[in-house]
Amino acid sequence: MNFPYFLSILIFSPLLGVLLLMFVPKKNDKLIKVIGFCATLPALILALVAFFQYRAGADLAALSERVPWIQFFWFKGMDEQLFAIDYELAVNGFSLIMILLTALVSTLAAVAAIYIKKEWKGFFMLFLLLEIGMLGVFAAENLVLFFIFFEITLIPTFFLIGKWGYFEKERAAFSFLIYNGVGSAVLLIVIMILFARTGTTNIDLLSTLLNSGDSPMSSSMKLGLLIALLIAFGVKLPIFPLHSWMLRVHVQAPPAIVMIHSGILLKIGAYGIIRFAMGIFPEQFTSLAVLIAILGVINLLYGAFLAFVQTDFKMVLAYSSVSHMGIVLIGLAALNEAGIQGAIFQVVSHGLISALLFFLVGVLYERLDTTEIPKLGGLAKGMPLTAGFLLAAGLASLGLPGMSGFVSEFMAFLGLFGEMPIIAAVGVIGIIMTAVYILRAILGMTYGEAKRDFVGVTDIRPIELFPVVTLLAFIILIGVYPSVLSQPLQATLETIMLGLGG
Amino acid sequence: METLLSFEWGIMAPEFIILIVATGLSLIDLFLPKRVDRKIIGWIGFAGIVLAIISLVGLLDKEVTTILYDTFRLDAFAKVFKLLLLAGAALVIVLAISYEPKEGMQEYRGEFFYLLMAALLGAMVMSSSGDLITLFVGLELLSMSSYILVGLRKTNLQSNESAMKYVINGSIATAITLFGLSYLYGITGTTNLQEMAEFLPLINDNQYLYLLGIAFFMVFVGLSFKIATAPFHMWAPDVYQGAPTPVTAFLGVVSKTAGFIIIIRVLLSIFAYIHNGVTQEPLLVNVQIYLAVIAGITMIVGNVVALRQRNVKRLFAYSSIAHAGYILVALATLSVFMFDIVWYYLLAYGLMTIGAFAVIQVVTEKSDSEDISQFAGLYRRSPALAIMMGIFILSLAGIPATAGFIGKLNIFIGAFAVEPGFFVLGSIMIATTIVSYFYYFGVMTQMFFRPPATETKIKVAPAMMIVIFICALATVVFGLFPNIAIDFFQQYGDQFKDFM
Repeated sequence: MNFPYFLSILIFSPLLGVLLLMFVPKKNDKLIKVIGFCATLPALILALVAFFQYRAGADLAALSERVPWIQFFWFKGMDEQLFAIDYELAVNGFSLIMILLTALVSTLAAVAAIYIKKEWKGFFMLFLLLEIGMLGVFAAENLVLFFIFFEITLIPTFFLIGKWGYFEKERAAFSFLIYNGVGSAVLLIVIMILFARTGTTNIDLLSTLLNSGDSPMSSSMKLGLLIALLIAFGVKLPIFPLHSWMLRVHVQAPPAIVMIHSGILLKIGAYGIIRFAMGIFPEQFTSLAVLIAILGVINLLYGAFLAFVQTDFKMVLAYSSVSHMGIVLIGLAALNEAGIQGAIFQVVSHGLISALLFFLVGVLYERLDTTEIPKLGGLAKGMPLTAGFLLAAGLASLGLPGMSGFVSEFMAFLGLFGEMPIIAAVGVIGIIMTAVYILRAILGMTYGEAKRDFVGVTDIRPIELFPVVTLLAFIILIGVYPSVLSQPLQATLETIMLGLGG
Repeated sequence: METLLSFEWGIMAPEFIILIVATGLSLIDLFLPKRVDRKIIGWIGFAGIVLAIISLVGLLDKEVTTILYDTFRLDAFAKVFKLLLLAGAALVIVLAISYEPKEGMQEYRGEFFYLLMAALLGAMVMSSSGDLITLFVGLELLSMSSYILVGLRKTNLQSNESAMKYVINGSIATAITLFGLSYLYGITGTTNLQEMAEFLPLINDNQYLYLLGIAFFMVFVGLSFKIATAPFHMWAPDVYQGAPTPVTAFLGVVSKTAGFIIIIRVLLSIFAYIHNGVTQEPLLVNVQIYLAVIAGITMIVGNVVALRQRNVKRLFAYSSIAHAGYILVALATLSVFMFDIVWYYLLAYGLMTIGAFAVIQVVTEKSDSEDISQFAGLYRRSPALAIMMGIFILSLAGIPATAGFIGKLNIFIGAFAVEPGFFVLGSIMIATTIVSYFYYFGVMTQMFFRPPATETKIKVAPAMMIVIFICALATVVFGLFPNIAIDFFQQYGDQFKDFM
């Protein structure tokens, strides 16, 4: 926080790695991997610095940046700020946590890139571009800038899936591109309508402007825009029935990218709903609360039931992501402090847990060439350490007290029970189902009769231990000491509650 | 007393330079011995265009001036759009210089260049005309030269076929335009745009208004042939496919820009002044809905049919039809920002299209096939080429950080800012943009994911590489810092007070 352009440097620091990589010969894979990994570190360090300073009481407003950027349609004598888009970055407690999460998962995913078999140079360059996009999304202060970063995540991901994925990679890449393209198209329409009608895309300005007495838009139009926003972010989150692309991506993308994808990219959907849908249209959001709660419960139950019948462990995890994102919606629909806090906790917690699980999937697939549950078994004997971590990750995912999953689910449901007890009661079935499908899958893989011999199969290596242990440490930290998250979130939550009129 | 010398000829300097160079080149070509490489003619032509650009830049601060009894005018509109034409032509002529097809080109090389210049001259005259006569002469000069250019590969079957199609369709379109213009002349008794603009608002008789309505449709139908909007787009895929690639780039960029220039000229300096006798609305507002429908159909047809194309040039022909539809959206909304929007989009479109065609030329000219599979493994054969083609495609698809994105953003703001907003049209535009992802990223898939048929590296002529690089760089720079272009426009475009 001590130097100017702190946020810009944080966001664009991976660019340094991209530039360095340009000058490294293709064949020198060791050096490429080292540079690729190290390039993710500056962002992580800076994010940590900012986080600790914020915890120590520093003011985040000091980090805000604003540089005039694009001025559309200027007439002589026109207001300078009308139709201007500035390059403006800022963070609040929530977005700072998301940035920290992004930087952390990116660094660990760079470790998972050891499983990439070819063309490391291209891989890391795209990977680092993707990181820039993700970091920028959470720091953008206006909608156009947000959208630009949002799309920057889209293109590298398309290539990363399509080139380095498994058998049906191209199909997965296209379905990712088209679904998300539709989502961002809808988002762009919303942004452009807001911009054309108000002359600004600054998020704070929009939310005061649209919620003041003389709003430039009718409330039916605002409702329409909100629904469009929910669809746009619903594709990303994903909300049932917009989820089918994400299953393919989870199965086909390489482990490093799935970690990023389920750990961060899906969370952009949640971030968008909280920041924009709730922040800019609080009144209309309140009127849709029941609908959102029902959608959340559907997500939760649908994901859970389908996860129960999958044979591929990757598919189990993919459906489990659908299911867990339902909890985010449930928490948001509660519209009270506990609920929203639960939703945000779930965003962070699921980011960590799914990154951990998918890393372990990478570990398994690398050694055993399969993630089909019926073909596995007796892992505990062959790869005891891996099996142990898998169990720990699974327990975190099903919400074992003392781990981060528990805190978030507890708070989300606490919130919803206060407002809509019946819907919440139905949703609780999902919690039980979660335990059932996770234990079925993980116990099926770790215990029982070994379906194959483990000769020549090494257990988890030290370099692989590093991400696993780090992620697990964070999961437990949040689980036993939730205020590490809740304290930085306090100010943000209060702003949201104020907007909602609570 | 006015004599020929009392006209301020200086404002025609860019046109004169092009004219002199084109004439000079045709003579040089005649007298130059056969064994001399005709590329030198191309470079002289290039130098001429650069000189014209310089002289135009010198004229930027000039007040609105008209000469030759108001038939030729240098106003803000003419200046900024002429710059687009000249820049586009300068890039295209380098493509033409480096063009080395397998058959049917060597003997006619010299003609190639001066016809290109003649066509450019026509386009420039169009953008500066203050009279229907000059407008039409410019249009014809452009069209005639283009017909020949398309058929320049005389021993190539496809080239001949497309030239034939172009001539026939083009003449019909011209006839229709001329027929529409004759109504205007008949009613107003003048061909001068300014005199028309003074006379037309006085007309209140419904009978005349009907005639003017018919005139509008005739003129618009005829001119929309040039910009290839549906349903008058059928010629474009065939002609684009058959024509030599530099000519395709010329048709797609310079000729299309000229088409938009003439449409805007005619729409705003004639039809904006006609008022409906009952409601006193300008005729333009009454026909807005038709423009919107045409824009919508064009976007849908262009993007959907492109899905099924295997030939790269045909694919980009349909894509350019779709882009004409996007620009028509800006026209149809008639917002006060229309000029900004159209100008910026044409700038972005010109850069990315010329770049894309340059890459297509490099990849396909040595082989018999223009199938999309020619792009397979381009990343392995020439990483630089593949990455720059990637930039053009991203820009065409409207992905952020490219000029194409800012252009689309402009169009959206224009469409939503007017009252009532064009929400349906905007939605069609964005939906068809998503459709376009399928074929644009199909090319990406070929370039980056598929293995190449041969591992041989692609050799690119330095001049070509420079053109491609300039286009790619400008696409990115105008995408990241669009204010460079927007400020220029706002300084010299002067919001086109000369039209009001």
